[in-house]
Amino acid sequence: MAIFPPQNRLWWKEPLSGIEITWIGVAFIWGLIMFGTMVGWHFVGKQNLSNETYRVDPSAFGEKVEAMVERYQVREEGDTGVPVVHPAPGTDIYMLARLWEWWPVLELEKDQSYRLHLSSMDWQHGFSLQPQNINLQVHPGYDMVLTITPDKSGEYAVVCNEFCGIGHHTMVGKIHVIDKK
Amino acid sequence: MAVDTQAPSRGFIGAAYRTCPETGLKVCSQAEALIKVNAVVAVVFLAVGGFFGLLVALTRWPAVHLLPADWFYLLLTAHGADVLLFWIIFFEVAVLYFASAIILNCRLAAPKFAWLAFVLMVVGAVLANVAVLQGESSVMFTSYVPMQAAPHFYLGLIVFAVGTLIAVFCFFGTLVIAKEEGSYEGSVPLVTFGAITAAIIAVFTIASGAIILIPTFLWSVGYISHIDPLMYKIIWWGMGHASQQINVSAQVAIWYAVAAMLLGAKPLSEKVSRMAFLMYILFLQLASAHHLLVEPGVSSEWKIFNTSYALYLAVLGSMIHGMSIPGAMEAAQRRNGFNNGVFEWLRKAPWGNPAFSGTMLSIVIFGFLGGISGVVMGTEQLNLIMHNTLYVPGHFHATVVGGTTLAFMAITYLLVPLIFRKEIMFKKIAQWQPYVFGAGIAGISLFMMGAGTLGVARRHWDMGFSDAAMSFDYPATAFLMMGLNGMAGVLAAVGGLMFVLVVVCSVFFGKARTPESIAASPTLPDTGGAATVTAYGSEAHPKLPGTVVLVSIFLVAFVLYYYVNWKYLSEVWPLS
Repeated sequence: MAIFPPQNRLWWKEPLSGIEITWIGVAFIWGLIMFGTMVGWHFVGKQNLSNETYRVDPSAFGEKVEAMVERYQVREEGDTGVPVVHPAPGTDIYMLARLWEWWPVLELEKDQSYRLHLSSMDWQHGFSLQPQNINLQVHPGYDMVLTITPDKSGEYAVVCNEFCGIGHHTMVGKIHVIDKK
Repeated sequence: MAVDTQAPSRGFIGAAYRTCPETGLKVCSQAEALIKVNAVVAVVFLAVGGFFGLLVALTRWPAVHLLPADWFYLLLTAHGADVLLFWIIFFEVAVLYFASAIILNCRLAAPKFAWLAFVLMVVGAVLANVAVLQGESSVMFTSYVPMQAAPHFYLGLIVFAVGTLIAVFCFFGTLVIAKEEGSYEGSVPLVTFGAITAAIIAVFTIASGAIILIPTFLWSVGYISHIDPLMYKIIWWGMGHASQQINVSAQVAIWYAVAAMLLGAKPLSEKVSRMAFLMYILFLQLASAHHLLVEPGVSSEWKIFNTSYALYLAVLGSMIHGMSIPGAMEAAQRRNGFNNGVFEWLRKAPWGNPAFSGTMLSIVIFGFLGGISGVVMGTEQLNLIMHNTLYVPGHFHATVVGGTTLAFMAITYLLVPLIFRKEIMFKKIAQWQPYVFGAGIAGISLFMMGAGTLGVARRHWDMGFSDAAMSFDYPATAFLMMGLNGMAGVLAAVGGLMFVLVVVCSVFFGKARTPESIAASPTLPDTGGAATVTAYGSEAHPKLPGTVVLVSIFLVAFVLYYYVNWKYLSEVWPLS
């Protein structure tokens, strides 16, 4: 029994049963397949994160965001008058997280690519794009860059899904994806 | 066997013993007392933390929305600390003492230090609870910097960890004593081997915790100006995730123990089962990466290697246990005479014994719900559509509650008569308890995973966003899922209450076991058929068709669910 020492003191010399050997083989191969799927998706899949990240001072990141807003603002949205920007396709676009908002609102064109920069001004936040359900972690001091290509038009919400204090559940931003004019 | 069960006898090194009337094992009085106090304190934290969990579930039930936001975040923090950390680790210390001193038939090393460990753990756990309940430390169990808790929150965790480390070394010391004094022959039993695995991982875990929590404590009192949030996360999860691997090892050891004690099951092969435990030691600690898959600043190569435990080698370990434990049970049951058809061995298993039913439910919930979802969520790209959604707590309620907690509850039904030497009271309630609790937990896990698949955020007070400047509506199905989750939470709480009621009443008010009651209802049934088989190895095995069917179902479910999620992923915006 498993609560007594093995009766055969040379237990490591016992032959294995066929069912165990088979199952170990099957499980090992399944592990290799799953490992291969992850690696393979980097070559054939369209949803992979870039490895591009920069250390950034929050205030320096904030200045870049403000420069984008100044250049590309088209209107305001929401009770608090958050600026909506419509940046040129193919450019670097920014969204910052702070207690408790995503800033600014982005208006993007369908099937165009943008280099999205994400960073936090204060604590950690969770970028959760709904209803797409794309989820990214946003850190202060790190500028995370990824190329996004929205392929469906519509209104998307950015929910914060990393706990960030008592106003966490009020932290909602927007991304609009519009058909090309 | 004529044995005086009451009067402790003195061993040759002065330790007091009694001889167990049911197993014939020598029971060291110090070990027995320490198992008792650690288990009792564990159950107290389970009751408190479980109650907080119920309040959290009722708040996330949209139609009930019980607590205000500040209390929700406060009690969610306390719930995590009390059940994930304190309940489980107090109980694990009891399991370590049981798997060393009791199973190896020897005295506990350095009992004074073991008592010191217990005191430190209690002080630390109470201190952390005080910090959270004072309201200044609602930082969640993970306490990610730069969000800051009160200094005594970190200090409580550090003191608790120091106590745990001392307890782990008492366990190692006991192994040395057992070897030196020759209290067993040959190799340690498999259950002890599993406990050793848990203890080795615990040392790694506590070291990671010390490396990150001590600087964080110093930062909270102002001696350190900055803690890098990414570095914090990598090292914190070296503790946070690795500590779950202690649970896995301990719970698998319990699965083997219950199978052995109730059915007379022997491992199909000592070699295979021990190799599987060894794989935990070698690979499980890479799992810190599971929490960093959508993080800036860590490369894809690092993520892929670590998140897969090298080449899914720790998953391989779990899949081996997942086959060898039902296999051992089937072999034992067939030797016990239940040899008809494919599943008579399973049908005629002691399903009315809560120790057995709890163990089986623990295996099924851990494997099917927790194991599969964990591998899926821990896949580099799939994590994109799951990270920090309710899918995450859905997964770990299946592993830590459905797997670990249910396994601990199951063995408690054996510890009460064997160690506390009390009759189990309210036998009917005890009989139903694993089913009620298991159904509640399975519901919680499934509904939270469902809501997470629909994008609902974890650790979030208001899925309706009623106070937000901008609006967003989750699909109606997501609200339905959270309602069902609330109901499942109530069911689980009822199951938890049944457990606490049975155990507390039995321990404090139960009738003492007498030689007559032991003879009438032995805790460990006579599995005579199994005892006649004296050798391991394939020759001694009957065929195991039932186990083949069970693991095949598991594999098919695993493969299908894995690729369904790749399909979901392929439908979201292209990212590169």
